[in-house]
Amino acid sequence: MLRFFPALAVAVLSLPILAGLAGTVVPAFGYLPALGGNTFSLAPFADLFSQPGLVRSCIIAFASGVLTAAISVGLVALFVAGWGQTRAFRFVEVSVSPLLAVPHAAAAFGLAFMIAPSGFLARLLSPWATGWTRPPDWLIVNDQLGLSLMAGLIVKEVPFLLLMTLAALPQVPVTASRRLAMTLGYGRVSGFLYTVWPSVYRQIRLAVFAVIAFATSVVDMAIILGPTTPASLPVRLVEWMNDPDLSARFMASAGAVLQLGVTLSALLFWLAIERIAGQMLRLCTLRGRRFRTDALARRAAFTAMALIAVIVFGGLGVLSLWSVSGLWQFPDVLPGSLSLRGWRQTIPRIGNPLWTTVTVGVAATLLSGILAIACLAREQQTGRSAGNQALFFIYLPLLVPQAGFVFGLKLLLLYAEGGATWSALVLVHLVFVLPYVFLSLSAPWRAFDRRYEAISAGLGKTAWTTFLAVRMPMLSRAILTALAVGFAVSVAQYLPTLLIGAGRLVTITTEAVALGAGGNRRVIGIYAFFQMVLPFLGFVLAALVPALLFRNRRAMKVA
Amino acid sequence: MPENSSPGLRLEKVRIGLNSRTLLSVDHHVGPADTLTIMGPSGSGKSTLLAYIGGFLDQDFVGEGRVICGGRDITILPAQERHAGILFQDPLLFPHMSVGGNLVFALPASVTTVRERRTRAEAALEDVGLGGLFDRDPETLSGGQKARVALARVLISEPNFLLLDEPFSKLDMQLRDQIRTLVFEQASRTRLPVILVTHDESDARAARGDVIEVGA
Repeated sequence: MLRFFPALAVAVLSLPILAGLAGTVVPAFGYLPALGGNTFSLAPFADLFSQPGLVRSCIIAFASGVLTAAISVGLVALFVAGWGQTRAFRFVEVSVSPLLAVPHAAAAFGLAFMIAPSGFLARLLSPWATGWTRPPDWLIVNDQLGLSLMAGLIVKEVPFLLLMTLAALPQVPVTASRRLAMTLGYGRVSGFLYTVWPSVYRQIRLAVFAVIAFATSVVDMAIILGPTTPASLPVRLVEWMNDPDLSARFMASAGAVLQLGVTLSALLFWLAIERIAGQMLRLCTLRGRRFRTDALARRAAFTAMALIAVIVFGGLGVLSLWSVSGLWQFPDVLPGSLSLRGWRQTIPRIGNPLWTTVTVGVAATLLSGILAIACLAREQQTGRSAGNQALFFIYLPLLVPQAGFVFGLKLLLLYAEGGATWSALVLVHLVFVLPYVFLSLSAPWRAFDRRYEAISAGLGKTAWTTFLAVRMPMLSRAILTALAVGFAVSVAQYLPTLLIGAGRLVTITTEAVALGAGGNRRVIGIYAFFQMVLPFLGFVLAALVPALLFRNRRAMKVA
Repeated sequence: MPENSSPGLRLEKVRIGLNSRTLLSVDHHVGPADTLTIMGPSGSGKSTLLAYIGGFLDQDFVGEGRVICGGRDITILPAQERHAGILFQDPLLFPHMSVGGNLVFALPASVTTVRERRTRAEAALEDVGLGGLFDRDPETLSGGQKARVALARVLISEPNFLLLDEPFSKLDMQLRDQIRTLVFEQASRTRLPVILVTHDESDARAARGDVIEVGA
């Protein structure tokens, strides 16, 4: 029976994407009988290109992708090179890693609450340093160049890339290479970049591509932090898609095709950057440039990493404080009074989105867990590791921009009149949850000492008993952590939930972003608080359950 | 007595290969309470031979030949029906179970009542000099104690034969003699055929059986 699971997983990962892409491309050329499009034409594209500011929207999306990736990769490389295997590294790793579980929208709100003209940073400095008694009339959040948007993306993608890098490092003889390079007189940073980084980068390359694909097509962060006149392309797509005039859907589909093009060109541009950077690195290596004095670069990398943790966690703290604040005037650093009014008003309305968030998240996560475990068990049975092909399928949902295929999927669902159902939402979440569950479970699964299973079989236990009584309990911590990661991913989903839920199924995340426009800081604070707390609870459970089950078993504790 | 119903463990033209290269081949009979020692350096395929006999050969390797246990061809059986008692270099006690839990897990299902199972496990611990440790966390035991529990776990499962994969190599000198003596004592008491792979001459001497050198 196990043999069917890998095919099922590939189907779960690729069929919605293929169907969605078809459902995007065909209406883009005017064909969608349900909406009266019976002939193929280029009219949707003509409509699209007559939209004002379209080029600017595309450039913002393109630049967010490329710059976010370049800065995040650069920072992670510099940080790992300069600080790897030090105590400071451990400290930053521990403080930055939890950021991975914070939904993009919550991180964006946190950032906005820190850096806005009336935000916490301005209050800290006012009026004694700045002289402001009213918030300055500056456009920091939603700035024209999209700098806040990129900052928001960077603070979310750096933890992701850092964790991917940490997972890749054990495959490389880091300590030996470092020592060798240092005895040859190379600086800490250059020695690492010359000897270790190329093989690490090769391993995290798909993750970098995923960052680019995500950053070029992100909607929730762009709504909260991005420019408005014009907004970045993916945000405008959503507006067109939700236009009450149904014929705008054709243009929206054409826009989604354009989005695919923007993402693809950002990826191609990145390939060129990879080449140039690789050449430069090789040239420095060949010339034997030592770069022995690298203290400045190291300190800069450390400061940037620490800043990311401080700003986001500070921002989340400020958000939570807002949710219970009474009157909080500028430039007061702390609210003048505390009040539960916001909570009293919001609690009655939050039950429904909360229920949808939790049930959809739990369902998608459990299904992903079963699929991932079955595929890994099958891989072990056949003795074939899944290899690059499988890795491609796992990354597929992360490489195709959501906007590109979820639109098509929505149209297809409309067509099949199976629209906003709970199970459709679970299936769409499954597409995005499964890759993360699989990626976080596969390493510990493959690292399991199979001699335990040999012993168990020798004791006369069936494969099933061995699986349930030996492997599952011994891997319980890893499995539950992977499920917690999956749940966090599900909670954070914005665009798929917005489009497939079609306003009838709303989650904490879609509500938070929708309320963001209203600007009521107390309500935003409450929703963002739930966004943080749900994934956090998942991780707490993942840590507590094995700790309680195996409370007297020292070897079952985290190393 | 016809040859194919003889007691003990018979390896008939067993060959272990990797990518069309033969690593080792054995043709030998190990009688009850006899020990066959396979000596060789690492990479000679001796551990792989044990995997083949126990029924969990890695897909990368090729195994040929028949393994006959008590007159029955077990080559075609899955691992859980061969009842191979295995001891590895590491004790590999299941970390999520108590010491006694490890033994109870190993006890054949024919012992049905919970009380009887516990009594049997406690007696087995007594046999290896660890009476009273039933409820302990395996991780809190010393290296020597862990090795004893691993031995007790194998024996209580009533295996058809023992496969020893350098089980003494990680123990320090003094402990090593102790555990080695205990293992061979218990093996001969239970009249099990034993196959030991090692690269240590003193192991081979202590085993007092036939020795086959491979990969030299």
